[in-house]
Amino acid sequence: MNKRLHYVIDGDDFTSAGQASGDVKKVLKTLGVPSEIVRKASIAMYEGEINMVIHADGGVIDVDIMPDRIVMALKDSGPGIPNVEEAMQAGFSTAPDTIRNLGFGAGMGLPNMKKYTDSMEIDTKVGVGTTITMTVKIV
Amino acid sequence: MTLNEVIAALGLEIVHLEDGERRVEDGYCGDLLSWVMGRAAENSLWITIMSNLNTVAVAVMADVAAVVMAEGVEAEDDVIRRAEQQGVNLLRSGEQAFALAGRLYAMLKEREHDPEV
Ligand SMILES: Nc1ncnc2c1ncn2[C@@H]1O[C@H](COP(=O)(O)OP(=O)(O)O)[C@@H](O)[C@H]1O
Ligand SMILES: [Mg+2]
Repeated sequence: MNKRLHYVIDGDDFTSAGQASGDVKKVLKTLGVPSEIVRKASIAMYEGEINMVIHADGGVIDVDIMPDRIVMALKDSGPGIPNVEEAMQAGFSTAPDTIRNLGFGAGMGLPNMKKYTDSMEIDTKVGVGTTITMTVKIV
Repeated sequence: MTLNEVIAALGLEIVHLEDGERRVEDGYCGDLLSWVMGRAAENSLWITIMSNLNTVAVAVMADVAAVVMAEGVEAEDDVIRRAEQQGVNLLRSGEQAFALAGRLYAMLKEREHDPEV
């Protein structure tokens, strides 16, 4: 059941963020992936999708669905993350108040991405952008 | 218990009901969306005062049984439309989150001890 999905995430549209993750969720369900795996992958991807919109003015997401795992690569040309260790800490956030008022910006996005995936790699350079690659195993 | 039973027991107002027979196995209260996705169990009744399009998206990703907008919070038309599109059970109550959660907790615990109830 190899499948490749590609999404362009609009950096201006916070309210439509979640469409790509929602689509991936539907595809995974259709493929018969166990619901707890689908849930983990879609939460992790949604947090990444939201981060792209809030912090990086959008980007692209590639999803590879293989028989034994799901690989999600989120790539943006945003400001980059100056201190990844700090960004990974629960509660750390640079999100503005406007975003907080909408329920995001609690600094739990990256920790959730780590929690719900089997591996997560952050490749980031200030002024160039960020690529986050996450893998969820299908057991 | 089923969502229909929860709706009746808590006197919830239906905004959009996609699947009243859905099982409710747990509950979660919270307005910070990443906390909800990090902590809420699937098939939870999610009680919140956060009513926007992202609330609906989070309900989808976290696989909650339903969203209850508590304390009289209103759902805007776009939120209702998104819930319809995404098949999210959306409910309302004028009661406070604390009161709703307390009653749900008691009902779920009761059934845990006596599944026949
Ligand atoms: N794609 C990204 N580009 C630039 N900075 C990012 C990106 N993703 C996360 N960050 C930084 O890491 C911080 C923590 O992210 P996260 O844990 O998701 O919390 P939140 O999004 O609530 O701020 C963000 O506030 C931001 O400073
Ligand atoms: Mg985030």
